[in-house]
Amino acid sequence: MNARTVETGKPRNKWRRRFLITAGVAGAALVIGAWRFYRERDRLSPPAGLQPGKDEAVLTGWIKIGTDGSVIVQVPRQEMGQGITTALPMLVAEELDADLAHVRFEQAPIDAFYGNATMLGDGVPMREDDSSWLAAIARLTQYKLGEVLGVQATGGSTSVRDAWEPMRRAGAAARAMLVQAAARRFGVPASECTIDNGVVEHKPTGKRAGFGELALDAAALPIPQDARPKDPARFVLLGKSQVRLDVPPKVDGSAQFGLDVRLPGMLYAAIAQCPVFGGAVKSFDAAKAEGHMGVKGVFALPATSTSAAAVAVLAEHYWQARTALAAVTIVWDEGGNATHDSQSQRGRYAELLATGKAREYESVGDLDAALAAPVKAVTADYFVPYLAHATMEPINCTAVIRGANSCEVWVGSQAPTLVRWFAAKAAALDSSNVVVHTPFLGGGFGRRAEMDVVMQTVLLAQKIPDTPIQLIWSREEDMQHDLYRPMAAARFNAALDNTGNIAGWHNRIVGQSCTAGITARLLPAAASDLMKDKTTAEGAFDLPYAMPNRRVEHVLTHEPVPVGFWRSVGHSYNAFFTESFLDECAHAAGKDPYEYRRAMLADAPRFRKVLEVAAQKAGWGTPLPKGRGRGIALAESFHTIVAQVAEVEIVDNTPRVRRIVCVVDCGFAVNPDTVVAQMESAIVFGLSAALHGEITLKNGRVEQSNFPSYEMVRLADTPEIEVHIVNAGIEHLGGVGEPGTPPVAPAVCNAIFAAVGQRVRSLPIRL
Amino acid sequence: MITLKVNGQSVQVDAEPDTPLLWVLRDHLNLTGTKFGCGVAACGACTVHLNGAAVRACVMPVSACDGKRITTIEGLKRDGKLDRVQQAWIDYQVPQCGYCQSGMIMAASALLATKADPSDQDIANAITNICRCGTYPRVSKAIRALAAAKPGRN
Repeated sequence: MNARTVETGKPRNKWRRRFLITAGVAGAALVIGAWRFYRERDRLSPPAGLQPGKDEAVLTGWIKIGTDGSVIVQVPRQEMGQGITTALPMLVAEELDADLAHVRFEQAPIDAFYGNATMLGDGVPMREDDSSWLAAIARLTQYKLGEVLGVQATGGSTSVRDAWEPMRRAGAAARAMLVQAAARRFGVPASECTIDNGVVEHKPTGKRAGFGELALDAAALPIPQDARPKDPARFVLLGKSQVRLDVPPKVDGSAQFGLDVRLPGMLYAAIAQCPVFGGAVKSFDAAKAEGHMGVKGVFALPATSTSAAAVAVLAEHYWQARTALAAVTIVWDEGGNATHDSQSQRGRYAELLATGKAREYESVGDLDAALAAPVKAVTADYFVPYLAHATMEPINCTAVIRGANSCEVWVGSQAPTLVRWFAAKAAALDSSNVVVHTPFLGGGFGRRAEMDVVMQTVLLAQKIPDTPIQLIWSREEDMQHDLYRPMAAARFNAALDNTGNIAGWHNRIVGQSCTAGITARLLPAAASDLMKDKTTAEGAFDLPYAMPNRRVEHVLTHEPVPVGFWRSVGHSYNAFFTESFLDECAHAAGKDPYEYRRAMLADAPRFRKVLEVAAQKAGWGTPLPKGRGRGIALAESFHTIVAQVAEVEIVDNTPRVRRIVCVVDCGFAVNPDTVVAQMESAIVFGLSAALHGEITLKNGRVEQSNFPSYEMVRLADTPEIEVHIVNAGIEHLGGVGEPGTPPVAPAVCNAIFAAVGQRVRSLPIRL
Repeated sequence: MITLKVNGQSVQVDAEPDTPLLWVLRDHLNLTGTKFGCGVAACGACTVHLNGAAVRACVMPVSACDGKRITTIEGLKRDGKLDRVQQAWIDYQVPQCGYCQSGMIMAASALLATKADPSDQDIANAITNICRCGTYPRVSKAIRALAAAKPGRN
């Protein structure tokens, strides 16, 4: 050390020491933080919110056993038609060797224990087959973040995948506890006891005891952490169709949806929201409305990050509120979006296809070289419009503020944890003072992940404390204030080589980000374009086909029209774009569209098999009457592969979809009949969008308002649907709620081309 | 006061005469099995029977129902036993979210009451209800099975 250093050494060393100490502490905190963040969490011990009812015992956080022998499974996901209140109880029943007739479900309490971590884990913008350490860390980190946030949410076709490990483990642990309790009672070794249909038996002595008799003793035992779920080869229930537990109340009118909540003294509310997105209420005149029979108040609601500015009328009966609302004169401050027009937006998107600043989602090989020297060049632009969810049950919520310090909410929601947070925010309460009830959802499709109606209802409930308020949106409000499936455009440039194979593939997509949209609504402080949103390019950047040189990119736009998750999200348009254009390439190459795809799947055997079975079951290549055509499409989404062959007849220039053959590989079908039902459902949903779906805006207003202007496929237009399950195995477990939708539009449009030689590049189909 | 005959019972309702039957059933009589879907008779979620015929309750003024026989989904059971249409809905696992199914079942039951053996075309003409879950293939299957079985053996 030289003199100079010594001279200044003291203060410097002091700072250095402080720095080192700080760095050391920060480093240790990081290590501990990381260890805590990445550690394995307890998925078995019951959370505080799960308490046994009378004559019930709690065995793990997932199961209650009644002294009457009933098995009550905690279902932390919402039933919106996908059959989850049967599939999840089946996971538990299988491990318990319970009699399914004695199994019922109960909505799990709201607790981080039941959070859906898989939904976040799936959000990483990387290919599913990317096995790099970077991808592994990104997925694990997102998954762990999901565990920390602990949000109970139903979406992304994740419910079975997220529950697969913890619920089966819980079933196995509870089984071990029941066996242990029986062994003690019988005075025999636990290893000699067996369970059959909810009865524990010791065969050598003939001693038997039912779950109900053993429940309380079993609950007093420690939860074994090492109980292993069954070998799938021994499954009795899983993989065999079981009748759904939610069906009986749905045939006699007794099933309770959010709209059916009835509370003493409840008032009904009707609402009119600013017809232009982002507007405000300038003034309103309620004099006439207040004179209507039953009216209890007329209130303006401010816009919030999740909800639009509005005027609402409270009345004794809904019809009174609705008719009185029509008598309110509202002057809107329409704000800056009153000139927005979807036709001009479409024009801008067409320009952005060429000039927009794009973000790369995938880049492989030397695309520029490949495109520069094509044997044959193929190029095309595609387009899809905004779409509404139009759940059958109109948007609604019921809430009451009690004694200015607690709030109770009833709402069919895909995200009850968020309901609790947002109700607390609206009521200015701690979320521990908010109780959320979640009845059945009359359709979700992503719409019911939003918090707008919760915010509005709680704000209204504050106006008249201690009075339950049920806010019901009209169908018109629902259609004009949705969070829409984004409008999107795509451009493809492909270079074919001398054998017709794709030597270069360039796909550019333009549109808004659903993830950015929902983040801006739920966590405005966290809204940023920094992170690439996987959903904008999913189904485009992760194709299974062998293409040596390819680039897929997305141009992010910002529009005043709010966008949200809509059944299958980005796949809903990217599959249409990609699988239609691939068909164009096949025809340009003079090849059969099925054989063309198949040849590009040599290294993707699961995909190839699904495609082959679809072609075979549909009789691909067999002759069809004149005016009819077959189209094929293949798409993977939510870890599930689906191929569909559509048979379309053109009658009076209108496509009539006659038959759809659907083949699905979701790895393993917990309840096969539900998988079939979800494919049928997703096909009809996708068909409505392909044939009719279009939300347009003029003067900042949505032009469609109800079913006559936003038409749906009905029974008369439903094709014959045939579903085949060809599962590859449990290690490939995938979702089933959404994956049936993406292939529908391209299969139908490819069939139209086969029938009449007309290429459909824009939806809805207009011939 | 309007007198209604709902599910075999006579009830008095104090509602404005232009109130649609739907809201009288749901809000005054607490019969929430009949659903609100569109309010313009376009979706059929509110289908009930008026003197045995399927009608859309969301556009039917309650004043027009005075003295007529109204049957809702809650009134379809006989002696606590499911009606054969309801049973077929379970047998064919028709419902998904279930919201539109009251209306579907009421429309199907009205069809079968007038035509015991409907053709596919009859079914397509009669069942114009919207189901966003797309349960149509199973609705068809259930009705065809009932048609094949013929009524009478409840």
